[in-house]
Amino acid sequence: MSVLVVAEHDGASLKSATLNTLGAAARLGGELHVLVAGASCGAAAAAAGQVAGVSKVLQAEAAHYADQGAENLAALVLAQAGAYTHIVLPATSFGKNLAPRVAARLDVAQISDIVSVLAADTFVRPIYAGNALATVKSGDAVKVITVRTTAFEVAGQGGTAAIAAIAPGPDLGLSRCVGRELTKSARPELAAAKIVVSGGRGMGSAENYSRLLDPLADKLNAALGASRAAVDAGYAPNDYQVGQTGKIVAPQLYLAIGISGAIQHLAGMKDAKVIVAVNKDPDAPIFQVADYGLVGDLFELVPQLAAELG
Amino acid sequence: MRVLVAVKRVVDYNVKVRVKADGTGVDLANVKMSMNPFDEIACEEAVRLKEAGIATEVVAVCCGAAACQETLRSAMAMGADRGVLVESDADLQPLAVAKLLQAVANKEAPQLVLLGKQAIDDDSNQVGQMLASLMGWPQATFASKVVLGGGVATVTREIDGGLETLELKLPAVVTSDLRLNEPRYATLPNIMKAKKKPLGILKPSDLGVDVSPRLATLTVAEPPRRAAGVRVPDVKQLVDKLRNEAKVLP
Ligand SMILES: Cc1cc2nc3c(=O)[nH]c(=O)nc-3n(C[C@H](O)[C@H](O)[C@H](O)COP(=O)(O)OP(=O)(O)OC[C@H]3O[C@@H](n4cnc5c(N)ncnc54)[C@H](O)[C@@H]3O)c2cc1C
Ligand SMILES: Nc1ncnc2c1ncn2[C@@H]1O[C@H](COP(=O)(O)O)[C@@H](O)[C@H]1O
Repeated sequence: MSVLVVAEHDGASLKSATLNTLGAAARLGGELHVLVAGASCGAAAAAAGQVAGVSKVLQAEAAHYADQGAENLAALVLAQAGAYTHIVLPATSFGKNLAPRVAARLDVAQISDIVSVLAADTFVRPIYAGNALATVKSGDAVKVITVRTTAFEVAGQGGTAAIAAIAPGPDLGLSRCVGRELTKSARPELAAAKIVVSGGRGMGSAENYSRLLDPLADKLNAALGASRAAVDAGYAPNDYQVGQTGKIVAPQLYLAIGISGAIQHLAGMKDAKVIVAVNKDPDAPIFQVADYGLVGDLFELVPQLAAELG
Repeated sequence: MRVLVAVKRVVDYNVKVRVKADGTGVDLANVKMSMNPFDEIACEEAVRLKEAGIATEVVAVCCGAAACQETLRSAMAMGADRGVLVESDADLQPLAVAKLLQAVANKEAPQLVLLGKQAIDDDSNQVGQMLASLMGWPQATFASKVVLGGGVATVTREIDGGLETLELKLPAVVTSDLRLNEPRYATLPNIMKAKKKPLGILKPSDLGVDVSPRLATLTVAEPPRRAAGVRVPDVKQLVDKLRNEAKVLP
């Protein structure tokens, strides 16, 4: 068996999602290689070589990998695919965009969002917004997998893998990135944060969202999140959305403020260790999953909470 | 230009599904079915392209059992010109659907195929990317804005860190995210009109596609339940519990 993990990185370092993916890949057994492709990604490749269990890093550099477009990257992965029984990516916007393109060309199923490895061909994955867990067995020669990063520990350090440069593929010229607006934040990354403070429609406005939640998140060194309703209403940026179709989080502590607890939202946060809900409606469904529920007006309770945390 | 839109019939998003006691799947008997919400958004976008004079024809495609005709009628009530049902009672997995859509796309020669980013039943998030790959076309997944002109599609995508804008050569595949648009409700006159629009039916064998499943589902189980929580009367007690009982705060 031989496993190829396609790294998500920013050139300088690996994204934390890649480390969780390597943690999952280690459970498959067999030799573990990492592919790092970018315009200039030597530092990220070096970082991949230092991850425990990795025995080889494939590094491909070309200007047309700078934007990590799926078309060119898929062609590169396919050129290497022959040597592997498993090709594994994180279930992030990067991995979800790329993995099916690879699987289709290999004429194999892709196994999305696995939360557990039962055997090299058998995996558990959530379906129906996490209301059911399916155990699936793949009969294909190559398994193309995306990993729910919150379900796996990050791989450790201490590897000393060699880095091999591989030839880049041609620029297919099918698409081009013409702009990127990334949300700047000094806060921890939402999907990997230990504490998440999320606001919903109950916040009432973008101004309230930041006036009330920023101080709380500051005190807790927390990432900020939001419900779909809050994002749709413009209270928070789109990449704050937690849920079935947003980010999946599993922090130590999740605070849901003014969020009703729709199944699509719960799908993204119900694996948090401790859930706190603040809501003025005592019958809000969020209280069915909350470890600690506080019924009342968030406009009074949130400032009190920030004050109490000192 | 012609636009193809893929619509799937799924359990309505408001239904809380139950796992069958024998662990073979979820109970779909007497459950409300609807068009996948992301596909409504894709369909709305296609219809808007037609209303803007950019698309000349919108063709909705659905793969699945005979009941999918209803889903296609909904798409036509929103404004699609005709429907194509690829009828099969098999368990159609994303790779099979992508191959069926590829065969339909080869017949219909669209300049753009719109799909949802994800079907809310299997939560796969695969078919659009697979179709683009099989066609050798560019893709833009998770779209929140689509502008067509001059042989290219300029698409804004919702990615993990924020937003990204891609320029794709046409023909191309685009999958919709939640904020692409707000789908319209079909009006009664349009629902009536949709009944008369053409709906073609094909079989996977007509298209030469092998739809055998590649993944076997061994069991389907309930996720672990969270233990019941408690109500706390005030902020002081909440913080005390978080510190001393749950030990998640210093
Ligand atoms: C295809 C699809 C995908 C979806 N994906 C997601 C997803 O990924 N993530 C997601 O979150 N949703 C998703 N949704 C939407 C989901 O169904 C709900 O509509 C959404 O989660 C509701 O957000 P909310 O709880 O903020 O708003 P609401 O349901 O309106 O709840 C607001 C809550 O705030 C409380 N409140 C109001 N004022 C106060 C106050 N002053 N003090 C205290 N409490 C107050 C109210 O009691 C209420 O419970 C999806 C829906 C669909 C159809
Ligand atoms: N059986 C189907 N018939 C038509 N379109 C489908 C079907 N299955 C999936 N799709 C399309 O592919 C998208 C992604 O589905 P999935 O990859 O299964 O999450 C959906 O939003 C639909 O647009």
